Amino acid sequence: MALKTDAVGKTWDGVDFDVDAERIAQYADAVGEPSPVHRDADAARAAGFRNAVAPPMFAVVYSAPAMGPALFDPDVEMNFAAMVHGGQAFEWGEPVCAGDTITTAVTCRSIEERDGKGFYVFESVSTNQDGRETVKATWTNIVRGV
Amino acid sequence: MAKLGVGDSLPELRVTPDAELTKRYAAASGDPNPIHTDPDFAKKVGLPGVILHGLWTMAQVARAHSAAAGGDPRALRRLEVQFRGMGFPEQELVVRTTVTKAEDARIVTDTVAEQAGNQIIRNASGTLELSAGE
Repeated sequence: MALKTDAVGKTWDGVDFDVDAERIAQYADAVGEPSPVHRDADAARAAGFRNAVAPPMFAVVYSAPAMGPALFDPDVEMNFAAMVHGGQAFEWGEPVCAGDTITTAVTCRSIEERDGKGFYVFESVSTNQDGRETVKATWTNIVRGV
Repeated sequence: MAKLGVGDSLPELRVTPDAELTKRYAAASGDPNPIHTDPDFAKKVGLPGVILHGLWTMAQVARAHSAAAGGDPRALRRLEVQFRGMGFPEQELVVRTTVTKAEDARIVTDTVAEQAGNQIIRNASGTLELSAGE
């Protein structure tokens, strides 16, 4: 069966995520980032940040609510039972701090078949409340046996 | 820190995720997939047991980079990885990064993250700004 590619080029509406200090600290604990700038607003301000600052990979957390609607879109028709996360890329811009609202918009970049596998590539762009880009991400999911 | 040149290594990062780590990461990241938290479910879908989140492992690669820049969260500008194997709790993860390009304070890196010789991330490429925030 040929891979359905209707979703290529489709863009989903931006989804907002309100960043709070507790979530940054919880994430920093889970990944083992030791710095007080992730937990203490004063330490973060002394280091030149507006407020407690997220580790770069916190991009995963604020992007996730925007990725769901794209991955589960019927136009994409991805077989989740056979899906693995194949690759991930981030390019960071403005740091993300507690109190920020981050808006993430997702586009389906490509759906291709190679060696009997489906490669589903999505791009997300996240911006803060001042319109500054915080991260651009590429998410590659691989579905076996398409 | 001393200036890094092509062929130099960043300090190696070693970490052993405890048995409860995947539950804490699932809560922190918002990834509800039970293959990472429910051993019975993981076995039902043909896995040997619960597996690490790939993005947690990627976060360890990120952490090795930030640590080399004095812990500054602005230093890591870019990171791209391929997930090529399953990681498991209670096994030591070793993250080894080498410098492939160096221009002023900006370096480009190549990283492998492995457990017991099994590469779970390879061909990772990063860009690190060593002077960020100074």
